[in-house]
Amino acid sequence: MCPGCTSVFAMEGGAGAQPGQPSLMSLVEEAVLPPGGGAAAEPQLPDENPEDEPLYAARKKIYPQHVTGTFRRIKWAVLIVTLGIYYFLPFVRWDRGPNAPSQAVLVDMPGRRFYFFFIEIWPQEVYYLTGLLIIAAMTLFLMNALAGRVWCGYLCPQTVWTDLFISIERWIEGDRREHLLRDRQPWTFERIARSVSKHFWWLMIAWWTGGAWVLYFADAPTLVKNLATFQAPLAAYVFIGILTFTTYALAGWMREQVCVYMCPWPRIQAALTDEYALNVTYRYDRGEPRASLKKAAALHEHGQPAGDCIDCLQCVHVCPTGVDIRGGPNLGCIQCGLCIDACDAVMAKIGRPTRLIAYDTDINIRRRQQGRPAVYNLLRTRTLLYAVIIVLVGAVMTYTLATRRNDGVSVIHDRNPIFVRLSDGALRNGYAIRILNKTHQAQSYVLKLSGLPDAELEVIGSEGSSGGSPLIYVGPDQSREVRVLVTTHQKLGEGTSIALTFTVAPAEGGAAAIAADHFLGP
Amino acid sequence: MTDSSEHPKEHQHGTTGHEWDGIHELNTPLPRWWLWLFYATIIWAVGYWIVYPAWPLVSSYTNGVFNWHARSAVASDLAALQAERQPMMAKLADASLQQIESTPQLLDFARALGGRAFADNCAPCHGSGGGGAKGYPNLNANRWLWGGTLTDIQQTITHGVRSGDDQGHQGSMPAFGRDGMLKRDDVVTVANYVRSLSGLSTAPGTDLAAGAKIFAANCAVCHGPQAKGNRSIGAPNLTTKIWLYGSDLNTIIDGVWNGHGGVMPAWGGKLDAVTIKALTVYVHTFGGGE
Repeated sequence: MCPGCTSVFAMEGGAGAQPGQPSLMSLVEEAVLPPGGGAAAEPQLPDENPEDEPLYAARKKIYPQHVTGTFRRIKWAVLIVTLGIYYFLPFVRWDRGPNAPSQAVLVDMPGRRFYFFFIEIWPQEVYYLTGLLIIAAMTLFLMNALAGRVWCGYLCPQTVWTDLFISIERWIEGDRREHLLRDRQPWTFERIARSVSKHFWWLMIAWWTGGAWVLYFADAPTLVKNLATFQAPLAAYVFIGILTFTTYALAGWMREQVCVYMCPWPRIQAALTDEYALNVTYRYDRGEPRASLKKAAALHEHGQPAGDCIDCLQCVHVCPTGVDIRGGPNLGCIQCGLCIDACDAVMAKIGRPTRLIAYDTDINIRRRQQGRPAVYNLLRTRTLLYAVIIVLVGAVMTYTLATRRNDGVSVIHDRNPIFVRLSDGALRNGYAIRILNKTHQAQSYVLKLSGLPDAELEVIGSEGSSGGSPLIYVGPDQSREVRVLVTTHQKLGEGTSIALTFTVAPAEGGAAAIAADHFLGP
Repeated sequence: MTDSSEHPKEHQHGTTGHEWDGIHELNTPLPRWWLWLFYATIIWAVGYWIVYPAWPLVSSYTNGVFNWHARSAVASDLAALQAERQPMMAKLADASLQQIESTPQLLDFARALGGRAFADNCAPCHGSGGGGAKGYPNLNANRWLWGGTLTDIQQTITHGVRSGDDQGHQGSMPAFGRDGMLKRDDVVTVANYVRSLSGLSTAPGTDLAAGAKIFAANCAVCHGPQAKGNRSIGAPNLTTKIWLYGSDLNTIIDGVWNGHGGVMPAWGGKLDAVTIKALTVYVHTFGGGE
């Protein structure tokens, strides 16, 4: 990514706040922070010589304030469901009978299998992954077209784990004000104890996160036992270590820096969004000009206009990325809606209508300013197209999954030699035939040939025959390649190529799998 | 809402002076951790020099404290592979060639192992699928100069043909023309006669009876009175449709005049016994095995 371009959009807390307007919260701010520091800092004058600007800036620590409301409740629900699935899914059992693992979701790397409940995927069926990725991308695009970066605000792992880590921090270090105050104090025993305790819990969660990850790659209960008794493979410990570190660093320390500086999605989504996408929007048509309750009353007395925003900065204080949404749409905003909850609580308290901040569009703000009704245009060409692609790919995947066979055959003609002239003048072609047995029982398959009457069919490594056709044994959940020779005594002319069909059917009966090839002559 | 020409942040760090359609580029500083990451990569590089081979010296290089070498890494990977194969290799070593071919599990393993060994060692002459070339036998066909049973094939691979190995196959086709044993006309006549043995056309006016006489006097000793060949000395059967060097008249004349005889190396000292076993099964199951 281009840091220079980023800086055009990157904003920090308080950037959009209008200076010089005192409010209850900004007074609190000034009380706990030294002059010049904090979110409500006075903007500096433009530098005459940009060369004198510092090249690097320290991260401004964000102390998100606790908030309650609709969107906070949704975020809690999403957090519980997604983390619940992540941490406990490996322990869900699924009986597949003998010769197969009984773990519902398992990525079996050494065995080259992926198990997902009733679905078993072989490596050559990787196109299901392609389908899943198309659906995932289109779902992301659709979410973005409907409501901006809601993925970032509710579902992104970075957001979910950061949310969890922030709530741990709040539990131990106290809410915003308490935490801010304590961070200004010297290192007392209590402060050290709280800090140590916080990092301990963070590391515990991070460690559990790494631990849950490796359980998707082996039988979970066995691996847990082996990990505890130090008998697990080294790779398991290494991956737990890596993921413990990344979780701790990204959710504990990096947080919004990941969203603002590291993640490519904000850049991609900026290219995918349009003017009708519902974004978390400060309705400045209603909010401006900002004025405290007292000042608004005074302004009204003089017949001057005053907006609904009382400049209490609650929207800024609850923001997990330190954005002031009143500055307009910007890169730091992850569309989580916590500022909506915070503003609604204030508006309810002072008896003004809620949703001064809401999921809305700039178009609607301008329409309201012109006295026209708002429009919500969710059924657009792009949203319909995304939905159609999702349904289409989903339908194709469901159909192929439902109708796919649990056996298969493929054939490759020998490349050298193309044909063999036998001593009596007969012609022979060699083929490598691979038979797939996706069932969990050993099977014998009957190989038949059509397309070349009177040809002799021989299988190297055949187990006897059934009704004159060779039988081929294939182990449970395995594939086997055998050499097949087709010989004919027919006189064939120059450049002969005869279409052949090999059919492979289970000896116990069942539908045959078919593979086509050719018999080649001189 | 805000005037696009004046962003609130412009007061904070200024702009770079670049402007596109009224959009100014802010001169926001990079986050400091970005700088730390840069220093961290430098420290990582220093750690890398200490741990792994890194710096060239005059006649050697720094080894690194792990004493890691690409060569020994390959060796240990190969050793791990050998260890994984060991149980099947032991079974292959114990089983007879016939047992290997009749046990599907052993046959599949031997064909896989033999296929790799064939590609590495045999394919340069015999072709990737054993299809052969002029002078190099097609191993898929069902006629064998030195025998096509499992034991015969194993013997040929181990000791070779005209390889200098004491137990290797011996026997050579004399250069009848070059060494003056037959006159030019006789060579042409007998070559035509040989073509007639497998039903091929002969040059007009050829005296086949004379050719038969020349054959009986000079060739039958090795190739047999019926021209059916002799495996003990590798003399080919001349009555089949399979020709090692080609069946056209000039090629046969060349063979009689100069004598033919390729060399197959003895692989006994170069490949281990199990690999030769696997190769034997692989070649036998091309389809021409006896």
